[in-house]
Amino acid sequence: MKEILSGNEAIARGAFEAGCLVACAYPGTPSTEILENTIRYKEINSSWAPNEKVALEVAIGASFGGGRALCTMKHVGVNVAADPLFTLAYTGVRGGLVLVVADDPEMHSSQNEQDSRNYARFAKVPMLEPSDSQECKEFTRLAFELSEQYDMPVMLRSCTRISHGKSIVDLGERVTGLPLPKLEKNPAKLVMLPGNARVRHPLVEASLQKLSADASSMVINRSELRDSSIGIITSGVCYQYVREVMPNASTLKLGMVNPLPYELIREFASQVDKLYIVEELDPFIEQQVRAMGINAIGKELISLCGELTPGRLRSAFGLPQPEAAPAEKLPGRPPNMCPGCPHRGVFFALNQLKAYVTGDIGCYTLGFMPPLSAMDTCVCMGASIGMATGVTKVVSAEEKKKVVAVIGDSTFLHTGINGLMDMVYNNSPATVVILDNSITAMTGRQDNPASGFTLMDDPANAINIPLLCKSLGVKNIRIVNPLDLEETRRVLAEEMERPETSVIITNKPCVLIKRDDVFQKGPVYAVDSEKCTGCRACLKIGCPAIEWRPAGDGSKKGKAYIDPLLCTGCDVCRQLCKFDAIGSR
Amino acid sequence: MNEQITNVLLVGVGGQGILLASEILSEAAMLAGYDVKKSEIHGMSQRGGSVVSHVRYGKQVFSPIVPEGEGDILFGFELMETCRSLPLLKPGGTVVANDLKISPPSVLMGQELYPEGLVERIKARFPDFLLLDGQQMAGSAGNVRAANTVLLGAVSRKLDIAEQHWMKALEKMVPSKALDVNRKAFQLGRDYK
Repeated sequence: MKEILSGNEAIARGAFEAGCLVACAYPGTPSTEILENTIRYKEINSSWAPNEKVALEVAIGASFGGGRALCTMKHVGVNVAADPLFTLAYTGVRGGLVLVVADDPEMHSSQNEQDSRNYARFAKVPMLEPSDSQECKEFTRLAFELSEQYDMPVMLRSCTRISHGKSIVDLGERVTGLPLPKLEKNPAKLVMLPGNARVRHPLVEASLQKLSADASSMVINRSELRDSSIGIITSGVCYQYVREVMPNASTLKLGMVNPLPYELIREFASQVDKLYIVEELDPFIEQQVRAMGINAIGKELISLCGELTPGRLRSAFGLPQPEAAPAEKLPGRPPNMCPGCPHRGVFFALNQLKAYVTGDIGCYTLGFMPPLSAMDTCVCMGASIGMATGVTKVVSAEEKKKVVAVIGDSTFLHTGINGLMDMVYNNSPATVVILDNSITAMTGRQDNPASGFTLMDDPANAINIPLLCKSLGVKNIRIVNPLDLEETRRVLAEEMERPETSVIITNKPCVLIKRDDVFQKGPVYAVDSEKCTGCRACLKIGCPAIEWRPAGDGSKKGKAYIDPLLCTGCDVCRQLCKFDAIGSR
Repeated sequence: MNEQITNVLLVGVGGQGILLASEILSEAAMLAGYDVKKSEIHGMSQRGGSVVSHVRYGKQVFSPIVPEGEGDILFGFELMETCRSLPLLKPGGTVVANDLKISPPSVLMGQELYPEGLVERIKARFPDFLLLDGQQMAGSAGNVRAANTVLLGAVSRKLDIAEQHWMKALEKMVPSKALDVNRKAFQLGRDYK
């Protein structure tokens, strides 16, 4: 049967067909939908972990128990999971273990565009790279088989265009007859103390060498000889752009990017006049090919930054571009927090208090955008709290009071909690705001250990965040309603002034939350145009439901208008109006 | 069957139902026997930002994104976003656009005005231009939220995919309780001249 599947759906399908028993992940664009699709297969135990390190450790445990296990994350998630990953390469596996990493060239939804292929080489783990949804499914199946055959975890690298692209997939059946998981002790393999690890390391190197030799005859590494004047080595989505733009060029399509099939590369290089490497981001293949003593052109033509497109590839090779209409000069349309978003009031107050805000990763990173403009740093998941501690170590006593870390519930539980331990332990005077909207919102409303539900939608323990903070030793814990501007501002001001660690926790849910009983829309608001003086105070919160309507006489005059279809009745704009012009309809 | 690749771009604002429309189009193309690829960006763009979805079908499709300047049809759900994506179209390409303006943050805040004369600007460059009031037509079909299906109906006439495949795709992708309204909305768009 054929279906149109996204790369992520196809990876989930591939895991199902491969007999995978456990799938674990922390959400991260563009990888999130893989686990949202493994839940369609009841044979797979799918779960969200608090972070990528735990997710990989769960998968490792499942593998050591004898089951096939899948772990998925976005590229920066591997930074968090790197610790278990590097030693997993030494232990190897029992049940096959596949780690899917979805890169984000062009940073459509990420803070950097690190190239995960380097991780595969660094951690000494094989890596496959599919170039469409059909390959996503097939390569996932193959990755499980290779993992067991070579006793190594196998990484599968996707990217935004593969994970979120859709193409036709031929569905297969789930394999049967895999050995049943059961406990089996094997400390020499699984206990990585120095004595054991010294024995394992040479085995890893030998396996990689064998795999590299075997890879030259694997069908996923495919030499396609056409015009012999140009040969292009490529992989993943880049292969598609090469075929699109240079249909006559000979190609060596690599399905496995680590280790490289040296023999096959040498053979291909000898069959073409001029050799090029087409790859996004780092010269990963190029440098290794050059180290083989083969002359190849790559990054001289193709940027180290951003994703490739057919047009960019054409430019790189000096091919003619089709005639296109010039870009129109138009106002931009950046993303914005939703109407009624409970984060808005907090950032409005932080802006008014002129706080120095160390930020974090989530929807609330949009608090950086005008008119709220209340975020000063954003580095990685959980970094806000540690950075706040660090800032307070160097600035003056007066400036210390301005330092506020802002972090969401999911990000706090991901890695922010360690920062808070440090903050209390080392007595930082900074203030932490935990924006608890009861969901992992940015990636599309996933549950987390504080939301009260599992990925499978079963009721679960919900971490009590105030109690957790208390047990970490935080003495000053305040709960605020972020839709009450006066209360939010007052509590923030009080806690910023306090010369010891304090935590403020907001208590309103995400407006997009999936469960009807959690968020309820209030009565819709409207502007009384008789009373509206056109002072623009309500525009300062940047709510998409409030629109400035110019008088139309060429003057700067005008009035505010509230779109009844967008308004959620959060009441925040009413509190800003000094003229009592805003109220429920 | 047409062996050439057909390149369709669906553009608008996050939340307008663009992804569903592109899913229905892809499904219909597959049912018609074509190879199909589709690509778009999730994540940040869903928070009210610009959305561009690429759908390509034909005998064999390589790139999942429409090569710049090779779009055959630009299917715009919002006027400014339609205008923004014109450089993706080939000269002589077709534009089917919804007569709808959604103000971006800078306009909402009164910092700049929503640009004037967009329809004329589009028409000047791409004379093969069809403008519809998707909301109004969807309203007469029974639900203003089916505006994306009205537009899809209008686009369907420009594409080499038989009506039966569109109907099957609608049945598969639209929830059953909304199917009748969407069938009507699709037909209204398809019959619009």
